Amino acid sequence: MILGLFCFLSLLTIMSALSVILSRNPVYSVLSLILCFFSIAGHYILLSAPFLAVVHIIVYAGAIMVLFLFVIMLMMRTSDVGLTSWVKRIGSFFVVGVLGVTIVALMQRGTLVLPRYLASVEGSVSSLGRVLFGQYAIPFELSTILFLSAVVGVVMLGKKS
Amino acid sequence: MTWTQVIPAEWYLILGTALFGIGLIGVLIRRNVVIVLMSIELMLNAINLILVSSSAYHANLSAQVFVFFIMMVAAVEVSVGLAIFTVIYRRKESTDIDALNELKG
Repeated sequence: MILGLFCFLSLLTIMSALSVILSRNPVYSVLSLILCFFSIAGHYILLSAPFLAVVHIIVYAGAIMVLFLFVIMLMMRTSDVGLTSWVKRIGSFFVVGVLGVTIVALMQRGTLVLPRYLASVEGSVSSLGRVLFGQYAIPFELSTILFLSAVVGVVMLGKKS
Repeated sequence: MTWTQVIPAEWYLILGTALFGIGLIGVLIRRNVVIVLMSIELMLNAINLILVSSSAYHANLSAQVFVFFIMMVAAVEVSVGLAIFTVIYRRKESTDIDALNELKG
């Protein structure tokens, strides 16, 4: 049951991710990226992190993808620019192949010791909030400065000069 | 028998690596600026997935806090990136990333 759920979600994630980078129409890319994010949120729920799943859906599917969709629908002509040159395309597959081989080799050699069992950790709001506002309070406050500077920067960039 | 005895931790690592690889291929082969930004989002989400899985398997909530921070930085990055893209589009009338081959605006 759980295994089937994991396989289904993984297949959905990989297929929609492939559809993001392969579809010609950018609007289809955005829609498949939303599907990909929803399936990743399903993975988060499976990994007993429901708060992160909800935040993921709100932030990504709710805010970021709407932003993408707005920009595409406002700006983009239907004529899509194509792919890069053949050298870059083959080079990219080579790079990704090296990455995959590295991960597989790390697992084969047993350098990567991964635990077998889930200890009882729950990613509920209260436990996560205790860590976030206790141990990581100062980075959390600093991130608000990042947001403020981003808002100022976006307004400056968006102004017609 | 809980579910973690069913799903090994390596599977999440393989899934995250595959997602990261797809995002990397997208960054390298697409010429549309918006799709390149979306592929970067895909790579960030692959890292998020690996972090959440390691948080679950190691029983450490710090990784989930890191995922939280990565989400914040991703939101900021997308908003600033799309603002820069609109400025570029206004000047160049093109969504091609190869049109951005000069430092002088």
